[in-house]
Amino acid sequence: MQENGVWRLALPLALAQALFFLAPLMLLVGTSFATDENLTQASLRAWRDMLGDSFNIMSLLNTLRLGALAVVATTLLAVPLALLHMAAGPRLKRIILLAAILPLLTSVVVRTFSWIVILGREGVINSALIWSGLATSPVALLQTEPGLILALTQIEMPLMLLPLIAATARIDPALLDASVSLGGSLLRTLRRVVLPLALPGLVAGATLVFASAATAFISQSVIGGGRLNYLPAQVWQQAMVVFDWPVAAAMALTLMGSVLMVAGALSLLGRGARHA
Amino acid sequence: MHRLTGADRLVALVIIALAAIGFLILVGPVLIVLVTSFTSSRALRFPPPGLTFRWYLELFDPVRSAQIHVAALNSLLVATLTAISATALATGAALAVARTRAGWARFAEGAFLAPLVLPGIAFGLASLMFFSWLHQPPSLLLLVAGHTMIATPFALRTVGASAAGMDAALLESSAVLGASPWRTFRRVVLPLIMPGVAAGAFLSFVSSLDNVPVSLFLSSAQTDMLPIRLWGMMETALDVRVAAASGVLVTGAFVLLLVMDRAVGLTRRMSV
Repeated sequence: MQENGVWRLALPLALAQALFFLAPLMLLVGTSFATDENLTQASLRAWRDMLGDSFNIMSLLNTLRLGALAVVATTLLAVPLALLHMAAGPRLKRIILLAAILPLLTSVVVRTFSWIVILGREGVINSALIWSGLATSPVALLQTEPGLILALTQIEMPLMLLPLIAATARIDPALLDASVSLGGSLLRTLRRVVLPLALPGLVAGATLVFASAATAFISQSVIGGGRLNYLPAQVWQQAMVVFDWPVAAAMALTLMGSVLMVAGALSLLGRGARHA
Repeated sequence: MHRLTGADRLVALVIIALAAIGFLILVGPVLIVLVTSFTSSRALRFPPPGLTFRWYLELFDPVRSAQIHVAALNSLLVATLTAISATALATGAALAVARTRAGWARFAEGAFLAPLVLPGIAFGLASLMFFSWLHQPPSLLLLVAGHTMIATPFALRTVGASAAGMDAALLESSAVLGASPWRTFRRVVLPLIMPGVAAGAFLSFVSSLDNVPVSLFLSSAQTDMLPIRLWGMMETALDVRVAAASGVLVTGAFVLLLVMDRAVGLTRRMSV
């Protein structure tokens, strides 16, 4: 383990990533600027099809909105959970942490399936509504945007909760005591002391949730169904059903670019807020 | 202790109520799936009209569920190979980054973690194009290559965290006492970073087992993967065997989680 030769240990991963990660992505970019998947001729057709088509633009905007709504919904529930975790004793702390990790370890397909059972015509919510007399016939929840957002709230919540818990766990309890004993109300202490310190976790969580919800193909297609149009389903459709690979590539890159732009904006926002 | 004012109490109450809803939403669906998997009904009715093991029996029926078994075995094989390759690649890279002060190490670390931020669906499509361009027919090895790219950053983070806490003096002592680099690695480095390596292998395994975006494009009729098969079963006729399969997966994940938590403190490692 000589200091000067140790860099060679990183070589296998660097080579593997160049071959199996970087090269495919470059081919993806190349294909989007070609007439067909064999890269016979350069062409802007795929990008015209992607960006010049109002249906595709609508799908893109729907996808970005879905990601944003998932961030709002997960924040609304994960922030109180993180605060409770901060105030809780070791036993409750452990329970909250396990609750956050358990969904993460049950596959996305299982989590999506559980929401079919909950949102379906004879599912948990409709049974409860009819039993309590709030509804006389089943309410359509599957294949609606609110249903999909509710499902994504659970499916993506660990990605918000774990970074938040990591950030709030580092907050020194003495700071809170100081704020409160100086006469700060609970709300004021949360806003002025806890929120600024938890912000890096919030930004990290928002980035992960946005990226994951916007590209959650299985949840979108199974719970959203055919009536709601999102870009990941269009990518799959173009690649595996229509076999128009240049258009599929242009769509995938549009999705990737939008997600990376939002992630970049969020990280700038987090940095700006910390300096303010 | 100071006295809570009325407004403070209201704020605390709202926080606790929202946290309770959050907890319910996190845990509820998992429990509901477990209960549903024992339903006697052919429909996904909740609460189930009666409880039986029929869907588990059907799931484990070697003839009627043969396709599911093939997909499950493929997934387990790919996940095992992915865990091995991702952990090996990540351990080397993490040691290199942790033991180097030069600026390139920070840059390399960022590049190594890049697959984390990239939408999986774009990478899945890119892999399909790449392998088809190389005229590679679908095979489980291609799936291992794709899954490894997605899984390595998880392993890199856990091994990296362990390697960063390693005392350099121990390595120097080992070398001064005449141990070869390999012996130092086996006897000193590996035991020190073992919790990170084990956690990394576990996370890589789970990430491969659950992978959808890469399998979506790289799997085929011969190399069917479990999540893709289950997705197909959900899209077409809703098959209650999916609930039984979910029951098996949830139980497996829970047992693994408890074991890993006991062994290497996984819950602690995942929240940093």
